[in-house]
Amino acid sequence: MKPYTQEIAGTPVKFDLVPIPGGRFVMGSPPDEAGRGDDEGPQHEVEVAPFWMGKCEVTWDEYEIWMFNLDIQRREIQKLEPTELDKVADAVTRPTKPYTDMSFGMGKEKFPAICMTQLAAKTYCQWLSAKTGHYYRLPTEAEWEYACRAGTTTPYSFGEDAAALDEYAWSFENSDDTYHEVGGKKPNPWGLYDMHGNVAEWCLDQYDPQFYAKSAQDGASVAPFLAPTRPYPHVARGGSWYDDPEMLRSAARRASDKTWKVQDPQLPQSIWYFTDAQFVGFRVVRPLVEPSEEQKAAYMAAGTEKE
Amino acid sequence: MTQPANPSRLVIPSRREFLRSSSAIVIGGAVAGTLSVSRSAHAGGDDAIRVGLVGCGGRGTGAASQALQTEGNVRLVAMGDAFADNLAHSLATLEKEEPLKGKLDVPEDRRFVGFDAFQNVIDSGVDVVILATPPGFRPQHLAAAIEAGKHVFCEKPVAVDAPGVRSVLATAQKAKEKNLAIGVGLQRHHQNEYLETIKRLQDGEIGDMVAARVYWNGAGVWVRDRQPQQTEMEYQMRNWYYFNWLCGDHIVEQHIHNLDVINWLKGAYPTRCQGMGGREVRKGPNNGEIFDHHAVEYEYADGTRMFSYCRHIPGCWSSVTEHVHCTKGTADISGGKIEPHGEKAWRYRGPNNNPYQTEHDDLFAAIRQGKAYSEAELGAYSTLTSIMGRMATYSGKMITWEQALNSELSLAPKEFSFEATPPVPSVAVPGQTQAV
Repeated sequence: MKPYTQEIAGTPVKFDLVPIPGGRFVMGSPPDEAGRGDDEGPQHEVEVAPFWMGKCEVTWDEYEIWMFNLDIQRREIQKLEPTELDKVADAVTRPTKPYTDMSFGMGKEKFPAICMTQLAAKTYCQWLSAKTGHYYRLPTEAEWEYACRAGTTTPYSFGEDAAALDEYAWSFENSDDTYHEVGGKKPNPWGLYDMHGNVAEWCLDQYDPQFYAKSAQDGASVAPFLAPTRPYPHVARGGSWYDDPEMLRSAARRASDKTWKVQDPQLPQSIWYFTDAQFVGFRVVRPLVEPSEEQKAAYMAAGTEKE
Repeated sequence: MTQPANPSRLVIPSRREFLRSSSAIVIGGAVAGTLSVSRSAHAGGDDAIRVGLVGCGGRGTGAASQALQTEGNVRLVAMGDAFADNLAHSLATLEKEEPLKGKLDVPEDRRFVGFDAFQNVIDSGVDVVILATPPGFRPQHLAAAIEAGKHVFCEKPVAVDAPGVRSVLATAQKAKEKNLAIGVGLQRHHQNEYLETIKRLQDGEIGDMVAARVYWNGAGVWVRDRQPQQTEMEYQMRNWYYFNWLCGDHIVEQHIHNLDVINWLKGAYPTRCQGMGGREVRKGPNNGEIFDHHAVEYEYADGTRMFSYCRHIPGCWSSVTEHVHCTKGTADISGGKIEPHGEKAWRYRGPNNNPYQTEHDDLFAAIRQGKAYSEAELGAYSTLTSIMGRMATYSGKMITWEQALNSELSLAPKEFSFEATPPVPSVAVPGQTQAV
């Protein structure tokens, strides 16, 4: 596995991926870790298969191609015929248009996309897979923590001391109440940027505070994943520009909630936007071994909202 | 329809509220004073307030939900829409909302469909009517509701042309005489962050206003394709955003929020404006007649200017914000931020609220207490501000407030029925179009 750059055909947009070797790690945090949540234990050994992970969070440059059909518009303006991949990608659902600017004036180019529901993030991955011919999805919670720790066992991938956080992360302390361009701080040992802070990142799993207790029964848990059964709560990891340092720890977990939509004045509320989750974004992974079509469909269908 | 109004930092963790709250809570509301005679049967009591919904789209459904979640006994007892499918979808949506359990009482004989549905809702024994159809119907519906002695929550904008604005002003006067409450969906007036920031600016924290910049720049809204069986009237009604007699153009339908904030701050309305606009990307057969961008320079009586921009074009710089430049500093009102020259910036750190709920809480509290309550005039004048901007961009000429207010140009169709011919869409050509 090597690092590579994924182009999005028919657009000038591309993004980098970093290989994450498969392996075992201890998931969760020890009981004496400062700022620890009750949902982070018991610690248990977990085995993860190899995958590539986005070096940075997905940016508006990438996300808006899908969100606003920019690829289709570009083809129409240039009078280009769709490729076979384009045709498959065009068949993927795109979100309804938002009533307002979903970046809330915090910036677009090179800035992380935010405010999408987990369904929207998953559907973007589905579109990206069709568009590129490579299978992309959200990371599972286990994959995310494994990649974030990058072989470390300390609260942060750079050590224990939150005082050093400023070199690695955008948090409430240094963000000036806004997100920042991706990749602006130091990466973790495996070359991933903004795993701590900037925007929290969607995982595939349902949030269950008891999940670790169930997983920890006997030895290593292989590729654990809790398939969602309902639209809330799902897991977001890594903390954000809006959070204090303890929320940025490798083991910290966040549960999505209906209040993330309180500002959407329409009923039914949009299935695509979390108008009040200006702290949530995502990054993509590409498993080395592509799952079966059934498994892919199951990932997509789990616990999503219906229009 | 409306939209999330700068929800920027709206939901703040309670711990943060506690830690960083540096200013008093400002309670929203536009209560003008206590009536000498309370007509309300609800004054002081907990009788059920019976609500009727006119216009069962997403915003109407949301408004009904908010009305039903105000304090005390409230029931939704009647619904009306031009289309049966809209009504059914709306009712099904409300039935799924957990907090509304036991508050829905809309039997089939109180579900009304068609152009006269509004009158049937008004006449079905309700106390409060929610008006949430496309804005072109608002003046007619508001007049009928007040005529029938009903309190009203109506969405913004309140009209799409000057005759509509004048009608609303006349109705507002009648409502006062009858002690009827009117709330208008300009929810920023009920949002803590705005209330506190505007108050500080009005108190002169950074001196006098010199100029303001306001934006509603985004990607645009939905398009609904023409269906083969539709009459032209049905097609236009289903795709109402793109026709001026229904929508008023996006400068009226959405940008009103931003223009209204500066009017609010100034305590005044612009005396004249000029501007430019057009259609750069929105040229398709489903795009009706509205522009996709407007830029307008408004002037107030004291010579200060408001620079207004609204755009519906994907892939461009987007912002839905209001900013003001004053003699001693600048402010991002939408961000709750005041920056005095050379001094530390102030930021709103107080508790935040859901202004869509609060605007209903305030209206219904006034109704229960028999207090005078009217947002109709401010709604009408801010609507006129945005219509004046459209007149300027469509005509390419300088338009005065008097010209705008006194304009006889009516956008309404001659007849309201699905068989009637709606106005033929006509894209304005600046320099040629008669827009006043």
